[in-house]
Amino acid sequence: MRILGFALGVILSWTGAILAYEVEEERFYPGTGPVVLRVISTADLAVFEPYLRAFQTQRPDISIAYTVTSSTDLYAAIRDGAPFDLALSSAMDLQFQLANDGFARSYRSAMTADLPDWARWRDLIFAFSAERAVVVVNGERIAGLPLPATRQELIALLRDNPARFHGAVGTYDVRESGLGYLFATKETRSTDVYWRLVEVMGRLDPKLYCCSGQMIDDVAAGRLAMAYNVLGSYAAERLARDSGGRVQILRMEDFENIMLRTAIIPRNAEQVEAAGALIDLLLETGVRATADDWPLPPLGETGGADGAGFSPIRLGPALMVYLDPLNRRTFLAEWENAMEQR
Amino acid sequence: MIPRGSIGRRLTLLLAGVAALLSLLSWGMVTGLARQAAERTQDNVLAASAITIAETLRSEQGEVRLELPYSAFSMLDAIGEDRVFYRVTAAGDLLTGYADLPPPDQGLAPGQVDFATGLYSDEVIRMASVLRVVLAGAQPIPVIVTVAQTRQGVDQIAAELSRLAAVLSVAFFVVAVALSAIAARTSLRPLNEIAAAVSRRGPSDLRPLRRAAPAELAPLMTALNRLMDRLGQSIRRSEDFIAEAAHRVRTPLATVRTQAEIALHSVSDETERQRLRGIIRAVDESSRSAGQLLDHATVAFRADDLARDPIDLADLARQTAATLEATAALRDIHLQLNLAPAKVAGDAVLLDSALRNVLDNAIKYSPEDTTVSITVSKLGAMGQITITDQGPGLGDGPVEALTERFRRGANTGGIVGSGLGLTIARDVVAAHGGHLALQHAENGRGACVSLVLPLA
Repeated sequence: MRILGFALGVILSWTGAILAYEVEEERFYPGTGPVVLRVISTADLAVFEPYLRAFQTQRPDISIAYTVTSSTDLYAAIRDGAPFDLALSSAMDLQFQLANDGFARSYRSAMTADLPDWARWRDLIFAFSAERAVVVVNGERIAGLPLPATRQELIALLRDNPARFHGAVGTYDVRESGLGYLFATKETRSTDVYWRLVEVMGRLDPKLYCCSGQMIDDVAAGRLAMAYNVLGSYAAERLARDSGGRVQILRMEDFENIMLRTAIIPRNAEQVEAAGALIDLLLETGVRATADDWPLPPLGETGGADGAGFSPIRLGPALMVYLDPLNRRTFLAEWENAMEQR
Repeated sequence: MIPRGSIGRRLTLLLAGVAALLSLLSWGMVTGLARQAAERTQDNVLAASAITIAETLRSEQGEVRLELPYSAFSMLDAIGEDRVFYRVTAAGDLLTGYADLPPPDQGLAPGQVDFATGLYSDEVIRMASVLRVVLAGAQPIPVIVTVAQTRQGVDQIAAELSRLAAVLSVAFFVVAVALSAIAARTSLRPLNEIAAAVSRRGPSDLRPLRRAAPAELAPLMTALNRLMDRLGQSIRRSEDFIAEAAHRVRTPLATVRTQAEIALHSVSDETERQRLRGIIRAVDESSRSAGQLLDHATVAFRADDLARDPIDLADLARQTAATLEATAALRDIHLQLNLAPAKVAGDAVLLDSALRNVLDNAIKYSPEDTTVSITVSKLGAMGQITITDQGPGLGDGPVEALTERFRRGANTGGIVGSGLGLTIARDVVAAHGGHLALQHAENGRGACVSLVLPLA
């Protein structure tokens, strides 16, 4: 996998002249002591700040330097040995690859021991939040249509109403979004209707996005009738509650993508103890029994009352299969064929 | 005898040592086998993964194409949380994967899986490589697929099984030690039983041991019996000798006494008479001692094969008292009889001898003009003859010691005695299953000797 790392490094080298990664957001939270915990993360400050504040109430002596970047940039940065003490990412496949290839450092505590087996791997990588991908619809734009509960129904809905959905369907651009790619590859393995769905969407001139936030915004604003495979269900649900029915969340009953947000301590971390303390805090919020005021959903429960069929994407070597450049090339070619039929 | 360790403990320790050795051995073996089994499982999974990848190889437009199958990697999860590395090379050029994995062996044949252990990324890895020849266009291209995995899962499984085996081994050892102790005790039981049987015996019981004993103990039993036989013979011989000697001494003594009596009657000089009386007294005493020695030998002889005739203790007391009446009268001692019938089973000669010795003692030690009472009574299942005198008593020493052979009381004064009287009485009653009770008389003066015998 060195090759992929190298390739990513090359690709990313033109995005930032000195840094191998593009900084989207950056903030420093000063503490009382000399220790600075350098965190690189894919979670926006809007989402993550409460955790940092909670951590600083526990450990006021520790300063935090928080850097937000994309999951692929985070991956490349850690591979290049960028000086960070903790890496938090929603791309579990990339995180896994880092751990597998020896870029993570092992950490053990009472909290990590309490984690369920599926939420950690080798004391190297720890899941602290499980999020499901959902379908977000704009109630006004699909008024009068039946709400689909499975992908079959979704396909039928899109096929039967081409006029209403033309140019109003959004999904991840799997070439750009690591998460979208992970979801797509998981779906091709789990359900045979995925390719048909992609084909149907392809005919409707879909909008492709890099990130789920923009998709939710566009649905809320009415620019999209529907967004498929949207992450950040929490944010979307809050929006749905606030919008009074304008934005609705649909959960596919035939199969759900559940992604784990994970943390690793990079190999060259300096503040291992502080990083471990923050991991413990994240795990504590992750294993909580109920959804409360934390911005990210807990591990065991992802916003619904039914725990049935809860099967997050497994943390294991299988995650590396679609990261292989050959496989990626093949998959993307097929996806492009199906999605871009113009 | 100096105890030199215990056979039971030695046997237990020996068996425990064997058990410990076996436990250790079995633990080591199970650990080794568990490790082997885990390693073989990993090899199989790695081989399956490499073969699965090799099977997806195909050629497209003169080029080797490959799509890593999902299952090839997901199956690697089976053993544990191990890091996975892979590499696919076509004609020596890297197709995909980790370029710097250690290379496989040179002589890799198609269809055959080659396993190797190496070091990669600071960890020991196990590698499985397969070679497949793909026809790209007209050209056969050798493609080598290598799948590697760290060995943490194997280590973990092996360690877990080893721990389990250790627990089982310890349990096995504990059970084995307990069983060893039981086995040692069981196999030593006959020995202990024989020892107990020997130590239970009376001091003069020299009959051969007749017990069922294990073959290993037969020589010991034979030797023991032979020893007792020899000992018995030796004792009998010396008793015979004593009896013979006493008998031989008594007859000439009687002659000497008669001659002395005659001389006493024919001599008028008071000094002479006094001297003769002394001779007579000494002869009497010697005769009495000889008689006692004879009695003692008789007791030892007859007690081995005791007669069980019905005897009334009252009759016995009356008869024995009658024979000693004259001796008592010489010293103005009155024999007082309080008799009640008490039937026992026993040897009349021995019982008479016992009673006579006790009574003789009483008369001998009593001052002149006193009373010696003989009482026969029943006390529960026992009958007893009690002789009470008004003599000097039994002294201050321990009364039991007085029954020892040739032991005499501390307050016997100038009275001559052999120290055999009470010994004879004790041996006789003991042979009959009774005992001799020595007490101080109730009024504080004199002795009270009881022959206690079980009633018939």
